[in-house]
Amino acid sequence: MRYKLLAAASGLALLLGVGAASAKTLVYCSEGSPENFYPAINTTGSTFDASSRPIYNRLVEFQIGTTNVGPGLAESWQASDDGLTFTFKLRKGVKWQTAAGFKPTRDFNADDVIFSFERQWKPDNPFFKVTSENHSYFNDMSFPKLLKSIEKVDDLTVKFTLNQPEAPFVADLAMDFASILSKEYADLMLKAGTPEKVDQNPVGTGPFMLVQYQKDAVIRYKAHPDYFLGKAQIDDLVYAITTDASVRLQKLRANECHVAIPNTADLESIRKEGKLQLLDQPGMNIAYLAFQVEKKPFDDKRVRQAVNLAVNKKAIIDAVYLGAGVAATNPIPPVLWSYNDEVKDYPYDPDKAKKLLAEAGVPNGFETDLWAMPVTRLYNPNAKRIGELMQADLAKVGIKAEIKSFEWGEYRKRAQAGEHQMAQLGWTGDNGDPDNFFRVLLGCDAAKAGGNIAKWCHKPFEDLIVEAVRTTDMAKRTDLYKKAQVIFKEEAPWLTIAHSVQYLAAAKNVEGLKLSPFGAHIFYGVDIK
Amino acid sequence: MLRFVLTRLSLVIPTFVGVTLLAFLLIHLVPGDPIETMAGERGIDPARHAALMKEYGLDQPWTVQYGIYLLHLLHGDLGKSMITHEPVVSEFTTLFPATLELSLCAVLFAILLGLPAGMIAAIRRNTIFDHGIMGISLAGYSMPIFWWGLLLILLFSGTLGWTPVSGRISALYFIEPTTGFLLIDSLLSDDPGAFRSAVAHLILPTIVLGTVPLAIIARMTRSSMLEVLGEDYIRTARAKGLAPFRVVGIHALRNALIPVITIIGLQVGTLFAGAILTETIFSWPGVGKWLVDAIGRRDYPVLQGGVLLIGTVVMGVNLVVDLLYGLINPRIRHRS
Repeated sequence: MRYKLLAAASGLALLLGVGAASAKTLVYCSEGSPENFYPAINTTGSTFDASSRPIYNRLVEFQIGTTNVGPGLAESWQASDDGLTFTFKLRKGVKWQTAAGFKPTRDFNADDVIFSFERQWKPDNPFFKVTSENHSYFNDMSFPKLLKSIEKVDDLTVKFTLNQPEAPFVADLAMDFASILSKEYADLMLKAGTPEKVDQNPVGTGPFMLVQYQKDAVIRYKAHPDYFLGKAQIDDLVYAITTDASVRLQKLRANECHVAIPNTADLESIRKEGKLQLLDQPGMNIAYLAFQVEKKPFDDKRVRQAVNLAVNKKAIIDAVYLGAGVAATNPIPPVLWSYNDEVKDYPYDPDKAKKLLAEAGVPNGFETDLWAMPVTRLYNPNAKRIGELMQADLAKVGIKAEIKSFEWGEYRKRAQAGEHQMAQLGWTGDNGDPDNFFRVLLGCDAAKAGGNIAKWCHKPFEDLIVEAVRTTDMAKRTDLYKKAQVIFKEEAPWLTIAHSVQYLAAAKNVEGLKLSPFGAHIFYGVDIK
Repeated sequence: MLRFVLTRLSLVIPTFVGVTLLAFLLIHLVPGDPIETMAGERGIDPARHAALMKEYGLDQPWTVQYGIYLLHLLHGDLGKSMITHEPVVSEFTTLFPATLELSLCAVLFAILLGLPAGMIAAIRRNTIFDHGIMGISLAGYSMPIFWWGLLLILLFSGTLGWTPVSGRISALYFIEPTTGFLLIDSLLSDDPGAFRSAVAHLILPTIVLGTVPLAIIARMTRSSMLEVLGEDYIRTARAKGLAPFRVVGIHALRNALIPVITIIGLQVGTLFAGAILTETIFSWPGVGKWLVDAIGRRDYPVLQGGVLLIGTVVMGVNLVVDLLYGLINPRIRHRS
């Protein structure tokens, strides 16, 4: 076991008279190098796993393993009745980490909060351009349009004022880009003429502090002794960067690491062996086939329903997802609140499909394209194979589909311009709010901007999802989204394919490990027995 | 000799310019741009896309971009990665020692095994040794690196547990990169376990990367040796009653080595190509893996800079080999 290695190492150390290696070390075989250590300019999970999650905190946090938003650096918050101002009461006595050349002289306060947002928001902030001015998520979540002001009421109170009510706002603040940086550290580095150090040797309030990063090899952290929720159980956290999934599994089996993301193809053998623990969690994602409703014959909902009826979804899930996916009915995954389980999916019924096609005036079928993404995504492991299976099913009802693909960037650009007739695509949620699926993928604005590749803009549906962001009443919002899902299924702008399930394998002696619906890997609260 | 060196050097300059142009053109011909790639499924609105293209200087026609690139190059500036925002040169210098360490070990492995194997095959021509060695080397030459690497991991790390699976050193050792060569750094660390761990981690990648050059060297040594062994002076040496070891080891080998050295020099390019795959399988933090990641992300500065730097290294090594060859073989030196 790992202990043998540890024991051997410490035995050696004893022999030589050097004290080392007696601390508890957890090794995680991670998938890739982080792009850098500043979460606000990145969008990839491996960067967040290395930066925002161990090093930083946010005003509010997703409770580990759920999409629920709970207190973080803010103890509590209050929305005004008009939904335009949010006042956050900050936690007292939160200690900053130390770094080479930096000893914090004060605790976390409102100045840090304002700095962290202005850095992404105000072009005149001295840090706006440091490392990169491409603050992707801040822009993508429409913060420049949404934010009116951020004010310091006192050292431990911050007030955000919005230009319009936006119910998911608090959930947005739990996202990685909203991590809080130390203003004191930033000022010091600016004065020293090395502002980029803030992003290279990050200082946060989080449970682990960065010790060393060797590109493509290893990231080392040690537990932050003064972490405000208590010091982590493990003393050292090491990410051994291992891109190949089968190599990761071999390393896990050889006790060279404690935790790793396995290949779906290996799940069966891991279960059979029974030597490792396997965690699973339905992902916050959806894979779908969108119909371009502005083009004939997909402007007729009977045709869209017919395609839904003609495709054998179960066969796709079995053949392509290999147990790492569940058939999708709604445009949001079941882990998300407001998921409507009363909505029934279209059954596999080619005869009924033919009947609907006849009613729609195309009894002998038609010719169409069927786009398949050129890349593997968590929500869609093999779009080409799915395309082929659909093609065969559709041929049985007289629809001749031709599979098309482009380079990935080109594919999205063309799909967003609506050049397809049928195209596969998918989405992974950002903030655990249904709005992040409904308006981004099916709203009328998104039909113009591109995110809604079905180009489906349906008034009754649109009214429901717009009303749902103008109120903070959860019961009311849930009700509105449930109704929207009924309309979605009836109108069938998509064929919903699947929600993927994510897995994590770990050694048996690892305790307290939890998977997050956002695909985050968090090691605070994890222990080795 | 000076004339020879200068002629060789003057050939390097057009090759160098050619490499920059080729790297630049090929990368820009590939569809998809880095901004699109960064945006993901979310998409990006055209105004922001345009602004970002401008920020990275990608809105200019490619001729202008190439001109600017060359201008920066003349000042020794290879630009910054669009993803990590680190200077390309500093990323290269942190990663290159790992590739160099692995490549040197692989070449050493290939020479130490390949030369004797080729010699034995030549001396024992048409025996079971000869057929065996040539059969194995043919198999080694045709082995897909990816499959070979995984196979060795499964056997030696998985089933037998003799070697570590991947990486350069056990995660338990905290080695400060002083030289970047882990074998040296781990020796400097005063912890004998660290050095042992570094060596253990090198074994499998060395074998995997060294297999193809090993096969080539063995085959080349054999054929070159056979040719030399048929020469008159060898017969004379034998007739004179020289010990077989002296005939083969001194008289034959020295002359047989000349083409083999050229081949070893030419292997540098092959080695870097193989290193890309080997590094990917063994999570070896070198430049090969770095370039593969850069292709996926359309990180133009890293790709251009990386290809250029590797090209420079390959050209440098070939130049040295050419010069050495001229030194050994006067006929080449004087022909120019």
